[in-house]
Amino acid sequence: MLQLVLFNLFNGLIIGAFYVLVSLGLSMILNLSNVINFAHGNFLALGGYLAYVLIPYIGFWPSLLVAPLLTGVVGYLIEITMISRIYGRDPIYSLLLTFGLAFMLQDATRYIWGVNGLPLTVPDNLSAPLSQTYFFLNAYRLFLVGIVIVAVLGLFAFLRYSRMGMRIRAGILDLDTVSALGINVRRLRSLNFAFGIFLAGLAGVLAGGQIGLNPNMGDSLLLPSFVAIIVGGMGSLVGTLLGGLTIGVAAALTAVVWPAASDVVVYVIMAIVLLVRPRGFLGEEGMQ
Amino acid sequence: MVQRKSGGFGRRRVLQGAAAIGASQVAAPFIVPALGEVPVKIGFIDPLTGSLSIQAVSEVEGAKYAVAEINKKGGIMGRELQLLVEDSANDVGTGVEKIRKLIDKDHVNVTMGDVNSGIAYAISQVATQKGVLHIVPGGHTDPITGKACAWNVFRICNTTMMDAGAVTGLLIKKYGKKWFMISPDYAYGHSLKQSFQHYLTAAGGTFENVYMPIAASDFSATLIKARGYKPDVLINNMGGLAQIDLAKQFVQFGMNKEMGLGATLYELEEILAVPPAAQSGFASMEWWWNQPGVPFVKQFFDGIMTAYKKPASARHWFGYVGVHSVKLAVEKAKSLKGLDLARAMEGMELPPEVALQKKRVYYRAGDHELMPTIFAGEVHPPAKDSPYDVFTADILVDANKVLPLAETGCHMKFPA
Amino acid sequence: MSGLLKSPPGDRHRLPVLALVWMILLLCPFWIPYIGGYTSLGTRILVLGLAAMSLNFLIGFTGIVSFGHAAYFGLGVYGCGLILRYVTGSTPLGLVAGMLLGGLAGTAVGALITKRRGIYFAMVTIAFQQIFYFIAYKWNGLTGGFDGLRGFTRANLDLGFTTINIINNDYAFYYFVLFVFAIAVGIMGLVLRSPFGRTLLAIRENERRARFLGINIERHIWLAFTLSAFFISIAGGLYALLNNFADPSSLYTDLSGELVIMCVLGGIRVFWGPLLGAALYVVLQDYISSHTVNWMFFVGLIFVVVVMFFPRGLLGMLRRRSEA
Repeated sequence: MLQLVLFNLFNGLIIGAFYVLVSLGLSMILNLSNVINFAHGNFLALGGYLAYVLIPYIGFWPSLLVAPLLTGVVGYLIEITMISRIYGRDPIYSLLLTFGLAFMLQDATRYIWGVNGLPLTVPDNLSAPLSQTYFFLNAYRLFLVGIVIVAVLGLFAFLRYSRMGMRIRAGILDLDTVSALGINVRRLRSLNFAFGIFLAGLAGVLAGGQIGLNPNMGDSLLLPSFVAIIVGGMGSLVGTLLGGLTIGVAAALTAVVWPAASDVVVYVIMAIVLLVRPRGFLGEEGMQ
Repeated sequence: MVQRKSGGFGRRRVLQGAAAIGASQVAAPFIVPALGEVPVKIGFIDPLTGSLSIQAVSEVEGAKYAVAEINKKGGIMGRELQLLVEDSANDVGTGVEKIRKLIDKDHVNVTMGDVNSGIAYAISQVATQKGVLHIVPGGHTDPITGKACAWNVFRICNTTMMDAGAVTGLLIKKYGKKWFMISPDYAYGHSLKQSFQHYLTAAGGTFENVYMPIAASDFSATLIKARGYKPDVLINNMGGLAQIDLAKQFVQFGMNKEMGLGATLYELEEILAVPPAAQSGFASMEWWWNQPGVPFVKQFFDGIMTAYKKPASARHWFGYVGVHSVKLAVEKAKSLKGLDLARAMEGMELPPEVALQKKRVYYRAGDHELMPTIFAGEVHPPAKDSPYDVFTADILVDANKVLPLAETGCHMKFPA
Repeated sequence: MSGLLKSPPGDRHRLPVLALVWMILLLCPFWIPYIGGYTSLGTRILVLGLAAMSLNFLIGFTGIVSFGHAAYFGLGVYGCGLILRYVTGSTPLGLVAGMLLGGLAGTAVGALITKRRGIYFAMVTIAFQQIFYFIAYKWNGLTGGFDGLRGFTRANLDLGFTTINIINNDYAFYYFVLFVFAIAVGIMGLVLRSPFGRTLLAIRENERRARFLGINIERHIWLAFTLSAFFISIAGGLYALLNNFADPSSLYTDLSGELVIMCVLGGIRVFWGPLLGAALYVVLQDYISSHTVNWMFFVGLIFVVVVMFFPRGLLGMLRRRSEA
């Protein structure tokens, strides 16, 4: 039993790592642009498929970076042509816009790459199981966790030490003041959006290597990632990080005792957090 | 004379029909369109999007192939055959909505569908209420032709009892009696689990089963549990994309070195989509493209290859048989009425160019289930020169023997 | 009741608009075949129209966006279906059960979330919707799970002196739905014209000012959310009767999004807007999905085009023009 729990704990951390990547991107966009990006899961799939296209030409390692970058560029283009036009309007419009974009992107992916799933080939040395006892600890899964840690540390370093990162953080706290200081808020938001999409693309490549590609691959990650943000506290990226890990682990551990409830437990945690501590783990008071 | 009396394909009716068309265009839904130069319409509902789309696309291709073939040879009794395809999006509610639309608005004569057992079950009941002949090409859950069988519903694919019955003995012989099953949490998975349970426990075996959502993609937690159970064989009851994902993760965890892999359906589409290491185990196959010496099979395979650049699968055959069955039934009944067609299809035998099997293939009268030969055998990576050669049948099973009518639970009642 | 609740020009048009709307609805079964429809399509539009109008009670007249309202619609569907399946074959009791299940769930959820605003409110409603979705999906024994709840049919209406056949008669069922629709919409209109409704409008226009005036904002939003959930679960109950079937997709996110787009498509500031939006959306979606496998792309396109080019909705644009 203990072994089973340990297995699932680790498994939960891996699932949580995906939630973290997806919800951090969502959270960045939400914080600065006040937009819930329903299409986030579809950008994730796009990242995976772009890697699929690139790998034969440039190999796996470069694709791991280039595919998410290209996804970010696509996100950037969509932001400047469509999403940026509805800033300042009632939130209903951004919800509907990204909801519609999600449909369009999903169908476009299906149209281009087909309904059948596609495999995403990872290097052989990554796909081998490491040990027969700890079979779930194969190289790829360890690698995946490593990449997520690097990405998250990179993101926080970027936000803390780079000029743009500082502007983004300032913008989250008080957009008007940032604008008054002569910073081009519009551009800031576009780049921030592209950043969030980059993270989604990265998650897509990693997920593709694990379970393969299909047009709906991001769907099951999207809504739990909302919960990660709510539980972690709106406005706090560290909170989102904790939220993502919490629900990943909780879902995996529930799967040991009561498999049927492992999907629901995520939302039950959210309901409890809302009752006991409405602003979430690390949410700012008033940011709700 | 007989013609005119029973269905109305006589010349006079044709003329009347032509006159009626003008009127029907003005007030279509209020007037039942008279028979005449109106096309024969089949409404086909299948999950063209969602996790079972691989199978659905093949079924629709097979059906379209048959429609083209029939229309090229002059249609059905001189009338054009039309296929109206609707996407159920792998969702029961959508499927129910679509069949109502096909019947109420498009006035189709026959309905077909769905790959998803839950949808097939629900829409066939709508067709029953509306008195329309309904053919289920590829939804396997047993009650459709079992406890909930209905006079207007015919099924081409096997029931889960038939498939499980064909392959259980083989799985026990090759691997052993301790099984871990992963099944989709809906009508199909529920029936399939029960069927395997029936045969396995009768043989003195033990098992554990876990239900997963129909479109699940991450099986890591379940596989961890499966490994802890130390089974002889892992039974992959999932379908479509989910089955592919499960097979992939099974291999990733190196579990293929510790236990066997088994299934009822491990279809051509899915086998070709998994890595070579997962192209293994034992399964039943409901139709197979490589049947040397059986007439028309090669022609069908080449035809599908030319039309769709794909090898013909059991799903192509389901769609093909479905459309041809409508033609055969209409020609036999000389009518388009649901009741007449259903009577005509009872016991109807498929001609060799449609059956595409060595032995007799017919719709069993008592439960309206098509009685084919079931192939059971080994899944393996393709041979060098033949990329689609991924399955070898060990045994051929007579469907009627695996599941005698008395065991279906069906009590067929026709309306008075 | 025409929805032009605060502007005087609206009242001028009120009676003609009402007469027109009810005329169209009453005669629907007679004209709908001429535009390629059929009676049960009309019924469907009516049901989804009521759902969208209920949601718009919140979006258009309180200024709060719920993106998870399919939850209460779906609970209405299941409440009605479960009663008919397991307890009694009475159509009105089924509707009441659906209304109670959805409405009470809405009351409970509403109490938890009234402090949130804007996009965050929407996000929390989505998350709560998922809870109900998974319960319906996983509780096989009760709900039939993914396959849906079958084995119930609407029962004929027993009025004591006569029985109305709504099982097989599509027309009779249409008028039964229209009757329920009329009651629900009538009450909705009365509420909006009441002092309570005016207060909701005040909150929508300027929450801060309303708060300074001593209005308990949270309590009003909670009440509005609750009422809206009760209304939409009536629509859910009717939906169960229409299909004789309940399944988890009736409480899924996609439906929530579709209900919101219906509201916006018709015009959220206009009382009847969502009904028109529902009609247009249902017909368009129906048409697209039978003509291409890639229907999802085009449905998504509807969302994008409406947001980018017709944010006021059709009636919103019309009204603006007539006022100009």
